[in-house]
Amino acid sequence: MLGFTPLEIEALALSARVAAWSVLICLPSGIAVALVLVRCRFPGKWLLDGIVHLPLVLPPVVVGYALLVLMGRSGLIGGWLYATFGVTLAFSWQGAAVAAAVMAFPLMVRPVRLSLETLDRGLEDAARTLGAGGIRVWATITLPLCLPGILTGTVLAFARSLGEFGATITFVSNIPGETRTLPLALYSVTQVPGDPVPAIRLALISVAVALLALLISELLARRISARLGARTRNAS
Amino acid sequence: MITVDITVRLGDFTLAADFAVPTNGVTALFGRSGSGKTTIVNAIAGLVRPERGRIAVHDRVLFDSEAGIDVPTARRALGYVFQEGRLFPHMAVRRNLLYGQRGRHAHGPAMEEAVSLLGLEGLLDRLPFSLSGGERQRVAIGRALLAGPRMLLMDEPLASLDTERRAEILPYLAGLRELLDIPIIYVSHQFDEILSLADFLVLVRNGGVAATGPVEDVASEWQLGPGRENDGAVVLACRVREHDPGFGLTRLDWAGGSLWVAGIDAAPGSEVRLGIRARDITIGLQPPRDTSCLNVIAARIEALHGIGHAETDVRLEAGGTAFRARVTRRSAETLGLVPGMQVHALIKASGIDVTVRAGQAG
Repeated sequence: MLGFTPLEIEALALSARVAAWSVLICLPSGIAVALVLVRCRFPGKWLLDGIVHLPLVLPPVVVGYALLVLMGRSGLIGGWLYATFGVTLAFSWQGAAVAAAVMAFPLMVRPVRLSLETLDRGLEDAARTLGAGGIRVWATITLPLCLPGILTGTVLAFARSLGEFGATITFVSNIPGETRTLPLALYSVTQVPGDPVPAIRLALISVAVALLALLISELLARRISARLGARTRNAS
Repeated sequence: MITVDITVRLGDFTLAADFAVPTNGVTALFGRSGSGKTTIVNAIAGLVRPERGRIAVHDRVLFDSEAGIDVPTARRALGYVFQEGRLFPHMAVRRNLLYGQRGRHAHGPAMEEAVSLLGLEGLLDRLPFSLSGGERQRVAIGRALLAGPRMLLMDEPLASLDTERRAEILPYLAGLRELLDIPIIYVSHQFDEILSLADFLVLVRNGGVAATGPVEDVASEWQLGPGRENDGAVVLACRVREHDPGFGLTRLDWAGGSLWVAGIDAAPGSEVRLGIRARDITIGLQPPRDTSCLNVIAARIEALHGIGHAETDVRLEAGGTAFRARVTRRSAETLGLVPGMQVHALIKASGIDVTVRAGQAG
């Protein structure tokens, strides 16, 4: 009862790997898109804004199907990937990571965007008067001051990726050892009548992993706000 | 010379500024809030891009719309002290101070020197949120200095502070004036700060430059000084000659004569500026003998102007400096005042505001 079953270990490890890769995809691109949405003005910006947010409002199955059409081996992007790099995303764990990343993307962008919008741009100006060029201003002022938003986005994206179900099962199916993440494993178990214990155990594992992620983010957030102290203790 | 000739458009606000000021000493940009002072400084710093024009310090062109020159802020080698300090909240004081030191030639003082000049010894490991307003401004000044600037811009560095804190910072600013041989541009709407710090004055009004010149000249011309605006004002540059502790008085040398004022705390030889309401200056045709007035200055009338129905503004000259008195039109006519006449100006010692030039209190 105490030890994990091979099925559980397999699903847990796969979920962690998929979620980690999903976050790795979302993090740089999410920050870049947030930056574009906050700092740039161009025609059709509303369209980019809309596309970024689509996964929040669309049924996940639609996203999964779109990925299958676009990124399947005969799809527009998938065909090119296969021809150029010999990479197949459909029905592989890499595909699961892509599906999770697409679903998690708006959750990464939103908090980063919020912290960029509330950032005092006067501080960037001050850094420039002190001789800092664009890259140094970005690395020493903008990025560190947006850290709370980036952290929130990362945790939300990680949690969303762990729980991704609809887009994943549509795009990469439910293959044991390849694409069967925690939620898919739980789904499979519930499809078999009989013993409820495996399903309960998988549900509890999901809860535990999510709580752990929240705990880590809370600890990090405290360390950051202790350094930025001004925000909470002295709002003037 | 620092030459600025720019047009800046910001939404509905248009600034057209054209002035040239010397590079030695402190130049004050003086004007009401919203007159465009900060916009001028931001354009010099490259934080605001003028629509057209030219900005140059000596022969170093920072901006020239015709030649297509726009030196990026980071390479203008300026120190900018903002009204709100703008310390980086995520860095301790030490890192804030050192931020601008990277990759620049040191024209300014070294770290220890700046730290002791600004009294920052105990603050180095603190984070900005834990500092008082005055401490924050001192750190901001130190940070700007340590970047080794070729010019220092200060945008109302005292405006966010109460009277006590202002008194705490002023001596440090005064110290800078003595220490640095780079031009300082100081924005303010407080005339007492300007009297105490500035050599040169640029008067900014409604998005334009109304006057440029030495502080005394512009102040006298534009009636800037103590009292309400329509009282008339005179600003005189003087030097402390001696103190009379017995009577609690100080004697000052002025180009037009010597003046007694209520005792001040400044060593003989110090430069001071006097602010006098033109109403506190009386005119007599003969040198008065039995009077309580300690200061009698022989002067020549330059011009007379009617102010409203009942008053006359009398422009006077003594020892090559201009000042003015405000008398009733009736007195002016009774005495038969006309330009070119030799008269005696009586100035009450108690009616004189004395500002010790920064860095000279003793």
